[in-house]
Amino acid sequence: MGESRRPLGALFWVCLAFIVLVILAAALANFLPIPSPTAQDYAAINTGPSLHHLLGTDDLGRDLLSRIIFGARVSLVIGFGSIAIGLLIGGTLGLLAGFRGGATDAVINAGSFVILAFPPLLAIVVIVAFWGRSLWKLTLIIGIAAIPQLFRVIRASTMSYANRDFITAARAMGASTRRIIVRELLPNVAPSAISFALVGVAVVIVLEGSLAFLGLSVSLPTPSWGNIIFEGASNNNLQLNPFIALWPALAMFLLLTSLNIVGDRLREHFDVREGGL
Amino acid sequence: MEGSQPAGTPNQPVGTPTGIRNQPAGTGTEGGNGKEILRVEHLVVEYGPRRRRVHAVSDVSFLMAEGETLGLVGESGSGKSTTGRAIAHVQPPTSGHVYFDGIDLGGLSTGRLRRARTQIQMVFQDPISSLNPRRRVRDIVAEPLAIWNTGTAAQRAQRAAAMLEAVGIDPVTVGQRRPQQLSGGQCQRVSIARALMLEPRLLVCDEPVSALDVSVQAQILNLLADLKEQHGFTMLFIAHDLAVVKSISDRVAVMYLGKLCELAPADTLYDAPLHPYTAALISSVPSPDPERGPRTPLAGRTAGMAGTGPVAAALANEVPSPLHPPSGCRFRTRCAYAATLCAREEPPMRQLAPDHFVACHFPLAH
Repeated sequence: MGESRRPLGALFWVCLAFIVLVILAAALANFLPIPSPTAQDYAAINTGPSLHHLLGTDDLGRDLLSRIIFGARVSLVIGFGSIAIGLLIGGTLGLLAGFRGGATDAVINAGSFVILAFPPLLAIVVIVAFWGRSLWKLTLIIGIAAIPQLFRVIRASTMSYANRDFITAARAMGASTRRIIVRELLPNVAPSAISFALVGVAVVIVLEGSLAFLGLSVSLPTPSWGNIIFEGASNNNLQLNPFIALWPALAMFLLLTSLNIVGDRLREHFDVREGGL
Repeated sequence: MEGSQPAGTPNQPVGTPTGIRNQPAGTGTEGGNGKEILRVEHLVVEYGPRRRRVHAVSDVSFLMAEGETLGLVGESGSGKSTTGRAIAHVQPPTSGHVYFDGIDLGGLSTGRLRRARTQIQMVFQDPISSLNPRRRVRDIVAEPLAIWNTGTAAQRAQRAAAMLEAVGIDPVTVGQRRPQQLSGGQCQRVSIARALMLEPRLLVCDEPVSALDVSVQAQILNLLADLKEQHGFTMLFIAHDLAVVKSISDRVAVMYLGKLCELAPADTLYDAPLHPYTAALISSVPSPDPERGPRTPLAGRTAGMAGTGPVAAALANEVPSPLHPPSGCRFRTRCAYAATLCAREEPPMRQLAPDHFVACHFPLAH
């Protein structure tokens, strides 16, 4: 009777390493030996990969590696930041609604439907258009849009545990509602919530790309992956220098795949197999 | 009726509801070997919306004396588990009162109820659902002390280890496992250890052995009996298996569709049941001896009645829905002796022999 957990596997560690690499590069971008993402090298315009510019330059002579690394900041802050907001608020409400049930559940649930009733992309476009599009505003708006999604998943997961006998036992022992939620429910709900949240981060990173295509992501010339792909696809750049769009798209693809695999493997690893008896 | 009982009668249960109302807590019920610890008065538990109201427990009253084991039996849906949960106040009663040690649990504030109900602990049927799958056994057992911040973490761990040892679980090897790595019997031992950490005075066991193999059932029952002797708690033992209940109970109460049918000392109930439902239940217990056939307490009871015929047939019908319980006596739709009176009037609980209570218009004669 050893620990019966599914091993995480090599792929998990490769993907996790990639995510950490992207996060580190974005965080330490200022200290890396790379040119500024907005500095123009007039001697190298629309060049392919070279020793001087590892990933080449765009049509304004800007270093693409630098732009991708700095652009990762925007994608990561919006991706992780908005999901963190959604997880904090939606998760707390989900635990509360799932555990309490009854009127508490009905009220919070109705609130979640109000937000869900707006088509998310359209709502974000309208709000961003009127309110402005700084990094923090984008993160906050997308975070609010993510609340009901995360709320519903965590509420459902909580409900599947809320009626178990160990919760009743905790109440009989005199545990407070807060203690039951934190000590008994949260550890059970967390694995699936984290897995879902990582997929959510991937979805939001793509969403940032969509907003960039509508010209509603962070203002130029600040690079974001979405902005770079957008630039790479405009002004006939796709024919002249496909690398501009290729590199950020590839970075996005690899990060999204990594997030999905890490999330999946984590959930499988922490999945409690209860069929043993 | 209660007042006329000799004061020295042990384990005196509640008969008619009117009897208890006039009976202040702690007087008239103190018997030779134990004073009243639990008094359930007109307990009603209903749930669901008005039109689809489930009458899980309808007007149940009884007493428990300190140190006794009361068995509570009935079919699925008879309300026995709900009764147990309402007593522990993990499910609030719709109406009625539960007095523990003379204190009305329903009248307490949330904070005081939290403290008071630590004296009533529960052991559940499902060994898997009873334990948090994410936590280690030693943490699960130490949790009750952690909730009340009793002692240091080291002292709590020590007491948890001692309790695990007492229930036959190795605190070193098994203590660090998680519930899904344990067998069903081990899970129940852990549940029992957890329930006893707060030194409760009343242990409500809700079908604690129903999900276990027969050989393991016996081990757990013996463990409960041993622990009861050591710790001196009172036990409400809920089960649907009459053989199991008989082996562990001093008195046995039979429930049917949310009502109490019969309440008597265990031996009396099994040898001379007064309620047709009790008799039918007993006759349906399979006998381990193939030569003897099923137990037939009613065989030859009345001239012209062939063995267990009518009573055994009675239980073949379905239990009526608790949404719309039958009028009068709730058992009448399945009772071989039902008469018009049974549909019209609900039989009151009455005492027909010393300590033997029954709610039936036509109790069986012996």
